[in-house]
Amino acid sequence: MKEVVVLSGKGGTGKTSIVGSFAALAKSKVLADCDVDAADLHLLLQPVMREKHEFWSGQVASIDEEKCTHCGLCPELCRFKAIVDFSVDRVSCEGCGFCSHICPAEAITMKENMAGHWFISATRYGNLVHARLGIAQENSGKLVALVRQQARQMAEKNGADYIISDGPPGIGCPVISSLSGANIALLVTEPTLSGIHDLERVLGVCHHFSLPALVCINKYDINEDNTSQIEHYCLSQGVAVAARIPFDNAVTEAMVAGLPVVEYSQNGVSHQIEALWELVSKSPVR
Amino acid sequence: MIISVASGKGGTGKTLVATSLVLSLKDRERVQLLDCDVEEPNDHIFLKPVITGSETVCIPIPEIDEKKCTYCGKCAEVCVYHAIAVFAQHALVFPNLCHGCGACSYLCPEKAISEVGREIGVVEWGHSDGIDFVQGRLNVGEPMPTPVIRKVKEKADHQGTVVIDISPGTSCPVVESIKGSDYCLLVTEPTPFGLNDLILAVETVKELEVPHGVIINRAGAGDRKVEEYCRREGIPVLLSIPLDTDIAHLYSQGTALVEGMPQRRDGFHRVFEGIQEIVDERSRSLKW
Repeated sequence: MKEVVVLSGKGGTGKTSIVGSFAALAKSKVLADCDVDAADLHLLLQPVMREKHEFWSGQVASIDEEKCTHCGLCPELCRFKAIVDFSVDRVSCEGCGFCSHICPAEAITMKENMAGHWFISATRYGNLVHARLGIAQENSGKLVALVRQQARQMAEKNGADYIISDGPPGIGCPVISSLSGANIALLVTEPTLSGIHDLERVLGVCHHFSLPALVCINKYDINEDNTSQIEHYCLSQGVAVAARIPFDNAVTEAMVAGLPVVEYSQNGVSHQIEALWELVSKSPVR
Repeated sequence: MIISVASGKGGTGKTLVATSLVLSLKDRERVQLLDCDVEEPNDHIFLKPVITGSETVCIPIPEIDEKKCTYCGKCAEVCVYHAIAVFAQHALVFPNLCHGCGACSYLCPEKAISEVGREIGVVEWGHSDGIDFVQGRLNVGEPMPTPVIRKVKEKADHQGTVVIDISPGTSCPVVESIKGSDYCLLVTEPTPFGLNDLILAVETVKELEVPHGVIINRAGAGDRKVEEYCRREGIPVLLSIPLDTDIAHLYSQGTALVEGMPQRRDGFHRVFEGIQEIVDERSRSLKW
């Protein structure tokens, strides 16, 4: 079994549109949406929910007003400035519990925190594991790890050949959580200076965690000078450019129709994505 | 006044909006741009600032003096992040797991724990043709952006107009960045992904009680459901930027929209005036 994670650094380069098409192209797979705070893959795959689970993670401090003597020790010691006027700002609280240990009046307790939900859904392309982190919640990395663990269990049980995960943007905690232990990363970039800058950073993260990577240049014809700059950069890094996908509003039209673009129309975009999946699925893994 | 620029979905045009807004305002106002997208900061590409100073961002992590340590295990017991493990004759710190809360050093009965800084990123500042500029950068391989974001925000110039560029999403880095803003601009695109993530972003700013309005980028690309949603919810659409290959090309080469198309400044002036009115009205009503 091979776990492919699709990342980009910069958001909006086309990760989800590509994963949606891979879902239609790959034969035996489990799909995982690892973008848990702005998930979109379900909009292409039209899942029917089979299971819904609560995601409990971390704790939040709670002050018993009747016991609190307003001594001022907790706001002084809290490094996250989470205690304001002797009540807890749930958004700032990182759940470290320091305040609950030091309160002389024993007025502070830690309460378990429901941080979101995760789901197992059926789609016409196979099973999808996805999640929804609660608004303004922390621990997105843990929820990503949970989504991947569930996808892996399911893939092992069903003898699936692939796990295909749609990763989050950025390079921080949910990204690290979505790539550690995966077999290969597909990095989707675009020929803009921002795209190039962000590709360098996300490739840095892949190197940091020794994960082999392939690059795909989406909307390559928006700026062909930048496209060749990316190709040179990838060559210098020993990373293969696996596809160059042209700009085509059909990608947006497919999204509006709620379909993966390879099923929406047969055009340059679809052909490139089909060839890309061939390469990704056959690429050697660590 | 602090105006933050956010979006649930990535790549909708936050950087385009934030840079064009400060460039449109610089001749009228004292302006500052804070790039709080510390995972992928891109504003510098468009503003090409002269960097005049920098500061590393460290989080305090425990250092255990084994001469004083009695291996009682208190520190490991209080650390909810499992960043310390204590064995019979040995105590181990896992720096990557530490959030720097300080509980272990304070609660150690032997006073055997001191704190040392571990670098996780950098804050840089400078200026670009009349614009005060600050950006944060998380080191590659580091998971926690929020301490870097906090450091960037400490540099906010409260005497002027501050524009904050934010990472995509709705989780902790986004909340940390928006917190304390007088207004939040939500940049979206007229597609199903844009709408889905806009709804999540609206929930986030509502939770934070920050007044907000929408900018639609690539108008004409998909459908009209974003506009319908905004109308239904009573969220003002302050500006629409059309889908245009010339605009995309300017962006691709790192040219800010209002530098390549100066006629577009007016639109950003109107956005700013609209925000000013809403913020003034709100502060009046809060006073009453």
